[in-house]
Amino acid sequence: MSQWRATRGGGRLMRLRGLVRKEFLQIVRDPSSIAIAFLMPVVLLLLFGYGVSLDAEHVAIAIVVDQPSAITASFTGELMRSRYFEPSFMPTMADAERAMRARRVSAIVRLRSDFARERMTGSAPIQVVLNGVDANTARLVGGYLEGVWITWLQEQAYEAGEPFDISVAMEERVWFNSEIKSRDFLVPGLIAIIMTLIGALLTAMVMAREWERGTMEALLATPAAIPEILLGKLIPYFVLGTGGMALSVAMALWLFGVPLRGSFTALFAGSTLFLLTALGIGLTISILAKNQFVAGQTAIITTFLPAFILSGFLFDISSMPPIIRGITYFIPARYFVAILQTVFLAGDVPSILLPNGLALLLMATFFLGVSRLRSRKRLE
Amino acid sequence: MTTNAPRPALDSVSSLDDVVLDVQDVHKRFHAGKRAIPALRGARLRARRGHVTGLIGPDGAGKTTLMRMIAGLLVPDSGTIQVLGRDATRDSLAVQAVIGYMPQRFGLYEDLTVMENFELHADLRGVSRSERAQRFHDLMHLTGLGPFTTRLAGRLSGGMKQKLGLACTLVRTPELLLLDEPTVGVDPQSRRELWAIVDRMVRESAVSVFVSTLYLDEAAHCDQVVIIHEGEVLGQDAPHVYSDAMRGRVWSVQAPGVKPRAIQARLARQEGVLDAVVLGDGARLIGRPGWTPEPRTLFEHLERATLTPAEPRFEDAFIDLLRTRVQPSEESPDQPPGSPAHRDQPAAKAVINVENVERKFGDFYAVKGVTFQVDRGEVFGLLGANGAGKSTTFRMLCGLLPATAGRLRVAGVDARKAAAAARARLGYMSQKFSLYGYLSVRQNLNFFSSAYGLAGAKRATRIAWALDQFQLAPHADAPSADLALGYKQRLALACALLHEPEILFLDEPTSGVDPIARREFWQRINTLAEQGVTVLVTTHFMEEAEYCDRLAVMAAGEILALGSPAEVKRMAGAPGSPDLTMEDAFIRLIEHSQAAGASA
Repeated sequence: MSQWRATRGGGRLMRLRGLVRKEFLQIVRDPSSIAIAFLMPVVLLLLFGYGVSLDAEHVAIAIVVDQPSAITASFTGELMRSRYFEPSFMPTMADAERAMRARRVSAIVRLRSDFARERMTGSAPIQVVLNGVDANTARLVGGYLEGVWITWLQEQAYEAGEPFDISVAMEERVWFNSEIKSRDFLVPGLIAIIMTLIGALLTAMVMAREWERGTMEALLATPAAIPEILLGKLIPYFVLGTGGMALSVAMALWLFGVPLRGSFTALFAGSTLFLLTALGIGLTISILAKNQFVAGQTAIITTFLPAFILSGFLFDISSMPPIIRGITYFIPARYFVAILQTVFLAGDVPSILLPNGLALLLMATFFLGVSRLRSRKRLE
Repeated sequence: MTTNAPRPALDSVSSLDDVVLDVQDVHKRFHAGKRAIPALRGARLRARRGHVTGLIGPDGAGKTTLMRMIAGLLVPDSGTIQVLGRDATRDSLAVQAVIGYMPQRFGLYEDLTVMENFELHADLRGVSRSERAQRFHDLMHLTGLGPFTTRLAGRLSGGMKQKLGLACTLVRTPELLLLDEPTVGVDPQSRRELWAIVDRMVRESAVSVFVSTLYLDEAAHCDQVVIIHEGEVLGQDAPHVYSDAMRGRVWSVQAPGVKPRAIQARLARQEGVLDAVVLGDGARLIGRPGWTPEPRTLFEHLERATLTPAEPRFEDAFIDLLRTRVQPSEESPDQPPGSPAHRDQPAAKAVINVENVERKFGDFYAVKGVTFQVDRGEVFGLLGANGAGKSTTFRMLCGLLPATAGRLRVAGVDARKAAAAARARLGYMSQKFSLYGYLSVRQNLNFFSSAYGLAGAKRATRIAWALDQFQLAPHADAPSADLALGYKQRLALACALLHEPEILFLDEPTSGVDPIARREFWQRINTLAEQGVTVLVTTHFMEEAEYCDRLAVMAAGEILALGSPAEVKRMAGAPGSPDLTMEDAFIRLIEHSQAAGASA
C-alpha cells in the first residue's frame, strides 16, 4: 500500500507518458492511421486542388459568322483575347452543332448576317447555344459571354462617340478572392474535412479497437484513471491532427499558391479549437460504439459527411433551405470552414473569427465534457 | 443445497486478517433486450493470503462476471466484494492499484513488442526506472521470454502470449493476482510452465492468487477450490476434502480384449452408475451414493471383467456435484442418433488414406510427411498444440486447401481432384461452430439441410430427428446466438449430421466447453462410431485423447507418435509408470523430439 501511495503523484505523469508512448508506437506501426493522417490529406488536396474546379477557363467554343466584316472581326477578336474561351471558327451552323454533340465545344456563338446593322438596336443580334448538360459550366459560360458582349458594346459606343444606351451597366468588383478562383476557396475548407477525419474518425476507431481486442479491459483494471486514459488518446491524436494540418497548410500555400492573408496564430488557434471538438466527438462516439465497424460508420455519418456537405466548404450555406441552414449550426466544421476561409482569403477579421471561435470553444467543451463524464472504468 | 457436497468451508478461514478476498451474497443480472439473464445468484467465497484459490464451473456459470467484479470492472446488483479490506466497487481505483488482473484474452497490445508491453505496464504500475531493469530481467528469466524481447506480441505463440500477459500483471508484485481462464487454448507444456510461475510467485513473494479454470486437473492443483454453477457457489474447500467425500464410490474396470470405449459405453447405461469415463485400457466409474456394484449384472456382456476400488480424485467430486444438479434428461440418448444404413455396409478398410502429405506456406512447412490411415467406424484423433498442423491437415482432407505434395484419399475419392464428390459424404463441424447467430435453431437446421440438398419429407424427418436426438426441441425457436455453449455445440453437431455422412470431421469440437458437456458430446460420438461412422477429430485436450481408438500426436507439422492411446503412452517411454496421463505422455514426446532436433 505504502509503495503505491508514495508513487501516486509522480505515478500519474508516468502513467500518462506510458499511455502516450504506447499510442505513438501503435500509430507508427499501423499503416492505416498513417494513411488517414498523411496520405489522405495529400490525396484529397490533389483531388480537389487539381481535379475539381468550379471555374470555367479555356472553355472551347465554336464561332459561326454568317457574313464576316470588320465589325464581326472586332467582336470575335474580343472573344479570342478572353482567357475564359478557346474559340474555333466553324464555317456553318451544322458544323458547329456537330462539334457540340461530339462535346468538342461547350457553346456556339453565331453572328448572323445582320449583325453589323442591328448591333446597336438592343434586339438580340447574336445567338448563343449552350450545352446544358453541365448546368454549372453552361451558366458560367453564359455569364462570361454576356460580360464580353457588354464590354465590347461599351468600347464600340466609346469609339463612335455615342452614348451607351443600355440603361444599367453592371460594374462588378470582387473582393477577397479577386480572381474568383474556386481552388483558393476549396483548399482551406478541405483542411476542415481532413481534421475531422483525423480527430473524430481515427480516434473513435482506435478506441473501438481497444475494446475489440480486449486491451481496454486490461487497461481499466490498472491504476490508470479515466482522465489519464482519455488524455493518453487526446495528446497523440492532437499531435497527429496538427501534423496533418501543417501538411495541408504547406500544400495549400506552396503547391496551390493559396494566399494566407491572416496570421499563423489565428490559423493555429482556430484549428486547435476545432481539433479538440473533433477529438471530443471521436471519444464520445467511442463510449457508444465499441466495435470498429460501428464506430467508423457513426463517425462518417455524424461528422465526415456533414462536414463535407453542410459546412459551406463545397455548397453555400446561405442558399440552403431554412431547415437545412438551421442544421448547419450544429456542424462544428461550419465554424471552422468560416474561420479558415477568412484567415486564408481575407485576413484576421475579429468580427468573424471571434464568434466562430467561441462556437467551437463551446462545442469542444461540450464534447470533451461528455466524454469525461460518461466514461467509466467499467465494462458495462 | 440438497446434495451431500462439502459445505463452503468459510469458517475454516481462521482470522479475518488472512482474508484477501471476501465475496458476500453477490447478485448480478445482465439485460439482453427485454430479457434479464442472471449471471450470479448470491455468490459467496473467501480467499486466503498466500493461497491459490481456484474457481471452477461450467461455461456460463458466472466465472468471468465474478472476476470482473473483483477487478472493479462490473458493479454487483447487490452484495459486497472486499479486496484486501477495500470495497471493490466503491474504492475500485485503490483495489486496482494492488491487484494484477489478466483477462481471458491476456490484454496485450499485439502491435507492440514484448519489451514495449512490459514498459507500458511498468509505467501504468509506477515502477521506477531503478527498479525496472532488475524486474524485467527477473520476469524474462521466469517466463523464458528473454530471447524475444524485440518480437511483436502478435507474433508470439499462444503459450508465449499467455506468459507475457502474466508477466505484465506481475511487473509490480500484486497482493492479489486474478487470472481468468489463463490456460484456455494453450498447449500443455505452456500450461505447466504457467503454473510453475504462479507457484513460484506464491512461494517467493507471498502473492495470493484467484484463478478461474475449466480444467479439472488445474482445480485439483489449487489450495482451495470454489465450485460455481449457474451463478451459485456450490462449495469451497481444499481439493482433498472433496475427493475424500467420494471414497468408496469410485471404481476402475478392466476387461481384457474389449475396447475401452465399449466398456465405458456399456457401463454408462447401467442403473446406479453416475458417470463412466475411458481411462487407459479400461474405464473408471462413479456410483450413485449408497450404490454397491454387483459384478454379475454389471458385467453381463463383459467377459473376464474386473472391478477394483479406485482412489477418488477431485474430478469425481466435481462430476458428482454437477451430475446431481443437471437433470438426467441431459443424458445421452438411448436410441442411436444416426441412421442404421451404414451398419449394413461391408466393413471396408481405410476410409481415409493419407500418404506422405505436405503443405507449404512460402518456406514454412505447416504439414510435412504426414502418413496415416483411418478405418471405417474408427474414432481417430489428431492431438497437438496450436500450430502443430492439425487444422491444416484437416482442411486438406476436407478439400478446402490443396496439398503441396502427397496423396489424400477420402471415402475412396482423391481429395485433391474431386473435393466436391468427397464432401457430400462427409460432415464437418468447425471450431467456431459456424452457426448463424440471428437465426433460430430450427432455421439453422433448415438452412443446413437445404445446403446439403435435403428436401421434402426427408428433410422434415431429419430435422425432427435432430431436434429430438439432441434435445433441442425446447429451444427450437431461440436465436442460436443466445444458446449456452454446450447447446451451440449440439446444434453444430446436429447440422453436420443432417445428411447422414459416412465420415465426420470435428475440428476442436469441445474447445471452451465444460467437462459435463464434453462427456455428453463424447458419448454421442461413441454411439456414432458404433454405427459405423468414421470420426476424425482434432483436440488439444489431452484427456479427450482417451476416447479415440487411435491417435496421431502432432508437433511442428509432423507426426511424433501414432497408435492407440495405450500405445502412444508406451511410445512416450515410461514403462515404470502405468498411470501416466495422456498429457504427461504428450509432453514427453514433445521433449524427446526437441532433444532429437537439438542433437541432429
